[in-house]
Amino acid sequence: MIKISHVTRTYQEANGRQVRALQDVSLNLEAGSMTAITGPSGCGKSTLLHLLGALDQPDAGEITVNGIALQHATESQRTRYRRETVGIVFQFFHLLPGMTLLENVALPLILGGSGQAVATVRAVELISLAGLREKANRLPHEVSGGELQRAAVARALVHRPRLLLADEPTGNLDSANATRVLDLFHNIHQEGLATIIMVTHSREIAAQMPNHLEMADGALQSMAQGMAY
Amino acid sequence: MRTGTTFRTSLRALQRNKMRSLLTALGIIIGVGAVIAMVSIGNGAKAMVENQIASLGENVILVMSGSMNSRGVSSGSGGVYTMTIPDMEAIRSEVDGVKAISPEARRSQRVAAGNQNWLTTINGVAPEYFDLRRWPLAEGTCFTERDVRGATKVAVVGATVVEELFNGENPVGGTIRVRNIPFLITGVLTRKGSSLMGSDQDDAVFVPYTSAMKRIIGTETVRTIHVQAEQASAMPDMQAQITSLLNQRHRIGPEKDSDFMVRSQEDIAQTANATSKVMTGLLAAIASVSLLVGGIGIMNIMLVSVTERTREIGIRMAVGAHGRDILLQFLVESIVLSCLGGVFGILVGVGTAKLVTMITGWNTLISPSAILMSFTFSAFIGIFFGFYPAKKAAALDPIEALRYE
Repeated sequence: MIKISHVTRTYQEANGRQVRALQDVSLNLEAGSMTAITGPSGCGKSTLLHLLGALDQPDAGEITVNGIALQHATESQRTRYRRETVGIVFQFFHLLPGMTLLENVALPLILGGSGQAVATVRAVELISLAGLREKANRLPHEVSGGELQRAAVARALVHRPRLLLADEPTGNLDSANATRVLDLFHNIHQEGLATIIMVTHSREIAAQMPNHLEMADGALQSMAQGMAY
Repeated sequence: MRTGTTFRTSLRALQRNKMRSLLTALGIIIGVGAVIAMVSIGNGAKAMVENQIASLGENVILVMSGSMNSRGVSSGSGGVYTMTIPDMEAIRSEVDGVKAISPEARRSQRVAAGNQNWLTTINGVAPEYFDLRRWPLAEGTCFTERDVRGATKVAVVGATVVEELFNGENPVGGTIRVRNIPFLITGVLTRKGSSLMGSDQDDAVFVPYTSAMKRIIGTETVRTIHVQAEQASAMPDMQAQITSLLNQRHRIGPEKDSDFMVRSQEDIAQTANATSKVMTGLLAAIASVSLLVGGIGIMNIMLVSVTERTREIGIRMAVGAHGRDILLQFLVESIVLSCLGGVFGILVGVGTAKLVTMITGWNTLISPSAILMSFTFSAFIGIFFGFYPAKKAAALDPIEALRYE
């Protein structure tokens, strides 16, 4: 269960101008749900995702994920939350260039204190699920964008998170690869493995999601299906 | 994250930039190498001085002419010879605990044998001199008390003189001409090496002191009197007795400076050790500066590395790395760099010391404590200079780090 209440986030630009990225946003999401967030660039989609991923903190309001109040959490608790509860897929993949795909996928487990052998077994399982078994030992610069994104999804799922956040996961992919990545997400949802929140520019992709949330100017504009303010 | 994994991660990061890692470690390599080489040279010099002091003999007190004031100008040690044979006899008869005693009347003199000639040092000594200085003969025999009493024309020669005048062949039974006076060579001394002052002790001809003083130098005074004590514990008391006796004999009042100096081997060793300690310390201090510079180099590169890898740090944090994981990763990188630098520095230092010995012939002594100390210091430098960049990396805001271009 995700509960967002009256969350505000303001940034200061280099020229000193204050930009309100999120403005009094409130939202409840059911555990195991799958939601797409759409909206124009700069509307606050990614900021919301970063707040849910405990990568950033709100200026005001409350965010509670599975009973964890993120705005009151210490840095250590936030790290633990990122390590155990959440998995994040970035638009630009963000795989570590010096590591193979397999090592990248195993990284969250290694950081969590798992032994190399245990982490590798689980990473092989996930990388196979992403259809990358043959390329597991390749470095990121040796594979295509679609493969990189699938590896990034595998990394986000390797530690069995209860919340999967995806920021434009198909933004840099061709339609074939985008479909493969979305299929992965649908499979996860159908098996009830995690709550999924995906930020996308594509209304077409958003339409395939059970829930659809639209944002503009840092605020929620509309919702569709099973969602509540 | 497990410690082993942190090490592996750090090593891989260093491997990715091999040339940079090598250049960064170079400062430490040179620093540790310099410390080890410098301390080895200093220790070698110290050991050589200790050997030379030991070569003076056992429990030896030197009574040296000198420090005579003439119209306010001090002549310094050995400037004017003030000791006499009666002084020596007085020491022998009146000072307790004298085991052996010998004067040393010295002069530089050109000597000849056959058609060869050579500028060497003539030393007029007593037969006890060679036992006193633990300087055995390689060939022949020494002159005797009878030779001293009769001021006979006999000589014992050093190894360098044998080489220069006799092409290294045994000269015993032959003659050597000193101021055109032929001296019969009765013995050849074993090789002794250089003295404390760096002169070749084997470049000398030894004759009975009476012969030297009457026939060669024409003097009533001697440069030094060597006194050997029966027991080391008696030496301070003997030094006091000798000083008192000679002051009395030379009519030197309590307010006046003595015209001689009484020094024990221990005094000389202490002075020499203090000098070489200062020299070694100075060399090590200079070398340590390069270690410090090496440390600053590591800090500089680690700071660059943190900036370059800001996004990597952000990614690691986003997937669950704790600040301390990041801190440890960068700290381990810095420690590994400096420790590797330390290991290679030890090899360079030992190699340099050996090379110095090979090229210059200087005595070097590789000190395990210097190796251990400089290696520990290099590890400490890794921690000290790596901490700030590591702390900076660990303190990065994940979202800012992810956005870093």
